[in-house]
Amino acid sequence: MTESYTAVAGFAQTWGLVYFVVIFAIVVAYVAWPKNRKTFDDAAQIPFRED
Amino acid sequence: MVTLEEGLFAGFLALLTFACLIVAGKTHEGVMTFHALIGALAAGAGVFMIFNSYFNSDTSGPVPQEIDGKPNYNMGPVKFGTVAAMFWGIAGFLVGLIIALQLAFPALNFDLPWTNFGRLRPLHTSAVIFAFGGNVLLATSFYVVQRTCRARLPGKVMPWFVMLGYNVFIVIAGTGYLLGATQGKEYAEPEWYADLWLTIVWVFYLLTFLGTLWKRKEPHIYVANWFYLAFIVTIAVLHITNNLTIPVSVFGLKSYIVWSGVQDAMVQWWYGHNAVGFFLTAGFLAIMYYFVPKRAERPVYSYRLSIVHFWALIFIYIWAGPHHLHYTALPQWASTLGATFSVILWMPSWGGMINGLMTLSGAWDKLRTDPVLRMLVVSVAFYGMSTFEGPLMSVRAVNSLSHYTDWTIGHVHSGALGWVGYISFGALYCLVPWLWNKKSLYSLKLVNLHFWVSTIGIVLYITAMWVSGIMQGLMWRAYDSLGFLEYSFIETVEAMFPFYVIRALGGGLFLLGALIMAYNLWMTVKAGEPAEAEAPATGTLAAAE
Repeated sequence: MTESYTAVAGFAQTWGLVYFVVIFAIVVAYVAWPKNRKTFDDAAQIPFRED
Repeated sequence: MVTLEEGLFAGFLALLTFACLIVAGKTHEGVMTFHALIGALAAGAGVFMIFNSYFNSDTSGPVPQEIDGKPNYNMGPVKFGTVAAMFWGIAGFLVGLIIALQLAFPALNFDLPWTNFGRLRPLHTSAVIFAFGGNVLLATSFYVVQRTCRARLPGKVMPWFVMLGYNVFIVIAGTGYLLGATQGKEYAEPEWYADLWLTIVWVFYLLTFLGTLWKRKEPHIYVANWFYLAFIVTIAVLHITNNLTIPVSVFGLKSYIVWSGVQDAMVQWWYGHNAVGFFLTAGFLAIMYYFVPKRAERPVYSYRLSIVHFWALIFIYIWAGPHHLHYTALPQWASTLGATFSVILWMPSWGGMINGLMTLSGAWDKLRTDPVLRMLVVSVAFYGMSTFEGPLMSVRAVNSLSHYTDWTIGHVHSGALGWVGYISFGALYCLVPWLWNKKSLYSLKLVNLHFWVSTIGIVLYITAMWVSGIMQGLMWRAYDSLGFLEYSFIETVEAMFPFYVIRALGGGLFLLGALIMAYNLWMTVKAGEPAEAEAPATGTLAAAE
């Protein structure tokens, strides 16, 4: 019982951390990428494009 | 010509009518007969409506996607959802007030099975979450996805099938509780056949939403749609997983879940917490990201932050469920994991709150003049407050005091009344003039009155529950010098009486606010001044419905 606990906790504390850091890094890179800036500024205006 | 879609829906509903009639005839359980008859009636009415629209020359045949180069939006289902939300909201708040009074004055149970607290409590929770909140989400999602994609909802029958089918589910679920039919899982009480029906409706909801995104004229998918999509997809997964039951017989109510014991508890609270995370949070955040910028007339503070908010929220929320099972048979590492993720959730929650609030930067003066915007902003403030309190309560040490006490009820209601309630009210106050093509609301003074009456109600409610809950928790754990428990259980109940009365008063004020709102919206539709600019467009919209 204690062994499986240690194994699961060990896995979560290492690979779980890597998984979340990598995903967060990808998201931050995507939003901060200079090229995407215009797309996002433009997207923020979508609700105001009335027709 | 009957379109393929109309034909298939009519065929499916006709088959369903017969299936329901057979079940109604063969079952030995009264509740099931009643529900099968509702099902037969509703499905039969669906077939009638499809053919009625076909034989009516105004509505027969395919609907134009665009009129004069403008998208021919399908606002009929949105209007229905708006009215249904207001109706179910008042019903749900009223039942909440009744059960609050029952806790203070037990004689109000009337010794009848149908009015018993145990049956009315799930009626209240389901009515406010799924009937009120659900209709707000359906209506606003259909509105927002059409507007931000500049495309009409796909299909002629499908959007109506989703809207009406969902409300039939509400009727079946609600009447079931009153008649004593429940599978006993919190927020997932409906029996297997109701779950099955909701699954069908939900799949068509997803198809309608995805279909609109598919047809979009706008290259980028606006952030509100991402939140709506996360809400729809995750609720589908949660609902199906938590209701994987096998009925004993097709003609009976009873079913058994495929897993048992602590695994069932874990799945139930994975479901339960994510119902909060994806139904009551992600869905209503979508409302925030559309209606706050719209009402403040300025774009969201940071679109880039909204993307980080979205991905961080959905990736983290899904793990937080086990914090509902501290000090149970669930292994401690699992509940610690749940608590850890709950604490991490502080980041995306507050990121989102700041994004919502800062949208007003440079326009804070509008809070003084526009009570609708004030409602939306106070809602976001309550979102910040309850998402701060929640992680705190998920920590094991705090949970040992707060769990099973009124503190939890207070926490839930600061989120439900403050966040979900106010963002919904704000959205409905915006939607009604837009949908019925009115210049503005009937009375902003009444909105202001609604705001203050219900804000006082919320403050009374949550402060009473904080005091009552912490007192209750402290009394439960008090020992005398000999190591015996200081108080018997009934002494804690007696001590809570004044707080129960204050809570009922707060709930009563909240209900009163909603009644003021219903009157205001009714008068807006009845007597509001028409908006001139868009008048011809509405004519074509109305004809197309």
